[in-house]
Amino acid sequence: MAELLQFVFSGLTVGAIYALVALGFTLIYNASDIINFAQGEFVMLGGMTTVFVALAGVPLPLAALIAVIVTTAVGFALHRFAIDPARGASPVAAIMITIGASVFLRGLAQIVFDKRFHSLPPLFGSDPIQIGGAAILPQSFVVLGGAAIIVVLLRLLVDRTMLGKAVIATAANRLAARLIGVNTRHIVDFSFAVSAAIGAIAGILVTPITLTSYDVGTLLALKGFAAAMLGGIGSAPGAVIGGLLIGMTEALSAGYLSSNYKDAVAFLIILVVLVAMPHGLLGRVKVERV
Amino acid sequence: MSVRALLQSRWLPAVAVAAIVVVLPLLFPSMYYYRVAALVFIFALAVVGLNLLMGFAGQVSLGHAGFLGIGAYAVAIGPVHLGLPSWLCLLAGAAISGAVAFMVGRPILRLKGHYLAVATLGFGLLVAIVLTNEAGWTGGPDGMNVPTLALFGWRARGSGTWYWIAGLTFVVGFLLARNLMESPTGRALQAIHDSEIAACVLGIDVASKKLTIFIISAVYASVAGSYLALFNGLVTPDVAGFLRSIELVAMVVLGGMGSIFGSLVGAVVLVVLPQVLTIFHEYEQALLGLIVMVFMIFLRRGIVPSLAASFAGWRK
Repeated sequence: MAELLQFVFSGLTVGAIYALVALGFTLIYNASDIINFAQGEFVMLGGMTTVFVALAGVPLPLAALIAVIVTTAVGFALHRFAIDPARGASPVAAIMITIGASVFLRGLAQIVFDKRFHSLPPLFGSDPIQIGGAAILPQSFVVLGGAAIIVVLLRLLVDRTMLGKAVIATAANRLAARLIGVNTRHIVDFSFAVSAAIGAIAGILVTPITLTSYDVGTLLALKGFAAAMLGGIGSAPGAVIGGLLIGMTEALSAGYLSSNYKDAVAFLIILVVLVAMPHGLLGRVKVERV
Repeated sequence: MSVRALLQSRWLPAVAVAAIVVVLPLLFPSMYYYRVAALVFIFALAVVGLNLLMGFAGQVSLGHAGFLGIGAYAVAIGPVHLGLPSWLCLLAGAAISGAVAFMVGRPILRLKGHYLAVATLGFGLLVAIVLTNEAGWTGGPDGMNVPTLALFGWRARGSGTWYWIAGLTFVVGFLLARNLMESPTGRALQAIHDSEIAACVLGIDVASKKLTIFIISAVYASVAGSYLALFNGLVTPDVAGFLRSIELVAMVVLGGMGSIFGSLVGAVVLVVLPQVLTIFHEYEQALLGLIVMVFMIFLRRGIVPSLAASFAGWRK
């Protein structure tokens, strides 16, 4: 039982990070129909920038803030200078641009930072808390709490503000949104910036547990992408559920089956889900009209 | 045949490609050039197959390196663990890739757009994960040595030999692909690309045509993978990795989706460029990403179709 609890907690912790990455995907996808493969690089940038700014002598909270601002700027720039000029491109071309951006950012991080693994000190020390026989790192709660706060804030932002309404309008129908005076270009700018910020925060929160290096983005992006797909792309609750489910399955299969194949299990599940339910758990079924 | 008739003949591209393969070595100052050119042709072969799938049938595959991996490990595992001759393993690898494509493709190809992208991506990763973890068979992350290809006592070794093997295979693959595109299957595929529903209404068996082309593209990739492994004499799980898949897609898109000749151009750009960039080894990844981005923003249709369009405009 204690063992199970242990696995569930570690699954929830990584799952929360996948959920945040998936949320970033969802935000951008809803605003622009683009799958942003550089989403994982936002997570990497968040962690790595914090590490290196802190190494330069800046206090940790300030370093984290700088990292979020830098990553947000990168997200904004990604849309302004790479995605926006290619408006009207085919989905494959748009995917290739974001993949190019992801390789570019990774290459840049390799030069600006380095190729080694780095960690950050956890917020509340590293003495595990005993719950039902399971030893849980305090940072796990920080990750879960942080993720929950972000999800709630995002929800409030979208539901309660004019900006949020404009995001919903843009997601629902871009042309109609433009007709009622929404600057959809700015909305997409905003979506890229916000999902970059979410990615950066996820990266900072999880670095004390999983470490970070210039190339952690790829696998995170793939898992987050898979989580978004599993939940049904475009659905924010779906992204969160998908992320937690993938994290959980991964942890359980690593614990009970084989840790070598934990990544394989995640992708196997995705294949099965996609084939059985091609629109994911909470996705809307689109009917093509001729 | 007049020059004009030759220029308009549908054989021209094939003749041109064959001529390139034959003439190119005259310009090579050293063995190193043979090596790079052999790599170009090997990748171009895989890219032609992927281009059939992406450019003509309009289906994305972000996991095609998985088939590259199956082909590569077939010629490594077969001779080392089972004592089979390399050429048989190459064929077996192609057959296995085709069979895997058949089994995976049937459910996956019903998916569209991003869903197909993630499903193929998942498939490619699964192959890479298996290759990494089954260390008893594959040597794990360090990979394994690949015995030299031998046919009737003749051993295929060295860059010069592989230049000709890869070059000739590419010409054959190129011809087959062109013929396929001008066959009823090819026309059906292009109809599917334009509108799946319209194609369906016309009586095209959309599912089976897509599956056919997926299998063919898998076989192309598998043969290329086998060549790659035999040529390098070494194979690691990287051959099936996500970056490889992306590289293949990038070659298709750079050269021009739907342009078979573009496949060669795309392979040239992305194989030669890193060789040139080794001087800036540190910056290699960043530059590669930048190039893909810039091409996709400014030359979206790919090099060959863009050039063809501007040439047509200039002639008017």
